[in-house]
Amino acid sequence: MRSLRLLVVGTLLHAKHLSRSPFEVTIALVVPVVQATLAVYLFRAGGEQHRLLEAAVGAGVMGVWSSVLFGSGGAIQDQRWQGTLEMIMLAPRRPVLIILPITIATGVVGTYALLTTLLWGRLLYGIRLEFAHPVAFVVAAVVCVVALGMFGLLLAATFVLMRNANALANTLEYPVWLVSGMLVPITVLPAWTAPIAAVLPTTWGARALREATSGGPVWPSVAVCLGISVLCLALGAVALTHVERRARAAATLALA
Amino acid sequence: MGSEYAIEAEDLRRTYRARTGWLRPRRTEVEAVRGVSFTVGRGELFGLLGPNGAGKTTTIKLLNTLLIPTSGMARVCGHDVEKETREVRRRIGYVFGGDRGLYDRLSALDNLRYFAELYGVAPRDQKRRIAELLDLVGLAGREGERVEGYSRGMRQRLHIARGLLHAPDVLFLDEPSIGVDPVAARELRRTVADLASTGTTVLLTTHYMAEADELCDRIAVIADGQIQALGTPAELRRRADGRRVVEVEAYGVPESAVDAVRDLPGVRETAVEARGALQLLTVHSDAHVDVQSDVLRELAGIRLGRVDSREPTLEDAYVAIVSAS
Ligand SMILES: Nc1ncnc2c1ncn2[C@@H]1O[C@H](COP(=O)(O)OP(=O)(O)OP(=O)(O)O)[C@@H](O)[C@H]1O
Ligand SMILES: [Mg+2]
Repeated sequence: MRSLRLLVVGTLLHAKHLSRSPFEVTIALVVPVVQATLAVYLFRAGGEQHRLLEAAVGAGVMGVWSSVLFGSGGAIQDQRWQGTLEMIMLAPRRPVLIILPITIATGVVGTYALLTTLLWGRLLYGIRLEFAHPVAFVVAAVVCVVALGMFGLLLAATFVLMRNANALANTLEYPVWLVSGMLVPITVLPAWTAPIAAVLPTTWGARALREATSGGPVWPSVAVCLGISVLCLALGAVALTHVERRARAAATLALA
Repeated sequence: MGSEYAIEAEDLRRTYRARTGWLRPRRTEVEAVRGVSFTVGRGELFGLLGPNGAGKTTTIKLLNTLLIPTSGMARVCGHDVEKETREVRRRIGYVFGGDRGLYDRLSALDNLRYFAELYGVAPRDQKRRIAELLDLVGLAGREGERVEGYSRGMRQRLHIARGLLHAPDVLFLDEPSIGVDPVAARELRRTVADLASTGTTVLLTTHYMAEADELCDRIAVIADGQIQALGTPAELRRRADGRRVVEVEAYGVPESAVDAVRDLPGVRETAVEARGALQLLTVHSDAHVDVQSDVLRELAGIRLGRVDSREPTLEDAYVAIVSAS
């Protein structure tokens, strides 16, 4: 119960802190214009008018993913810069309870990109926001955010140790977009990507949202997405405990 | 728990290893703490003094579990800092000087709420505890403002409130008065003294001798990662017994004149400190030798300001200890 409270309070306050960063907010408002445009033209060229909304949603999920990816690495780095990393790791709590709220918060902030992508799609390209299963869409979006947050925890575990985590983050952004089928359907990708796609929670999250948008069995995808992320959470929690000890031995919690 | 000491350190050592350079990585090793042992009793106010880079912060981080000792052992309230980390963390507070370490885009209240939650303050006590502490550090009424708009001193006071949230048994204060105005510093000293008088153990580092002298029950002087002297302020001051101090303000003292002063009979130590346009020359001598006239003779022809001969202070004792190391 106390742990749950910590998770909720922590997530809310970190989301609040992130939302007040002019940088984050600008990114969340501007990048989606590009993404919405990209989605619209890719799909128009393919003559698939009815798929526009689906494309916009896919583009939005890319936004959530980018936020989590850069957020998990960046958040740790930011905390190190602010000098708060030492202060939070000093809490008498399991490291996972300390870091998970931060990575989930990056997912929450990522939904701004999802929402603005839809908004820009509506305003600029007149995409009609008609979802096949509106309620399922909201649930899937929440699951997607939490799931990516848990995936982010696994990333964060590696980022606590690496002082130049951003380099790794950069190389992961586009491949995961592509492989998870956020922009183009998985079916058009080479066969060898399929196993990778199958184990990424992003694939199932994007799929659940797509199914909620244009019709399909949403819940199985949601369940798989959650399952994989809980696994990430478990792995991340173990890794983080180990990593926290190593960080104390290697003195990487502080800047100097 | 059973232990009679709040803090025990036994032959603590810490080496930092770093790799510098990308193309041709070079390994560098810094032995920051080299065999430090001391104990601090429950409710004691213990000071750690020493020059920059002496290893004070490193020692504190070894004790508060942020760093793992390279070798040696330390216990806080009877719990091993390396093996019983969570037990130790439950009982300690950590405050460091400077304006980092807070969430700038959140209000003071949000910062405190978050850390209260993290440090395990019971939900029903949080509100009262936070209000109490805001009051204690004089931030009541401004808790709704974002920390980015706070002055240095206000941030420092927020740091202190944060460190006290969970009413720790042992409080580590690493240069808490840095950048705090004199009035606020005095209040801070009173707060620290109050905490110690109500049973909190405090380990304090500071560069202000007067602060250490006023507050600390005992002081350890650390230099080059080793304890050079340990005792009550009165005991340390006695280190400078049998000495007399001459201070001369001068403009443009050549190195040769300083060397000449250093070689005068009866002179033990000579230090020059630049203070804006003028230099402050401090000469320690044997108490029974009056070196003032000799010193002034060596400085003939140099423009001088105030000249003063006095009894040694804790600061002089500190200088004597550190320069002997
Ligand atoms: N993370 C680190 N990596 C490498 N060397 C370090 C690190 N932190 C401190 N050092 C080195 O260890 C030595 C002791 O540093 P420490 O911060 O403990 O000194 P200090 O007594 O607190 O000094 P100050 O009065 O300036 O705060 C210094 O030589 C410093 O350069
Ligand atoms: Mg220091």
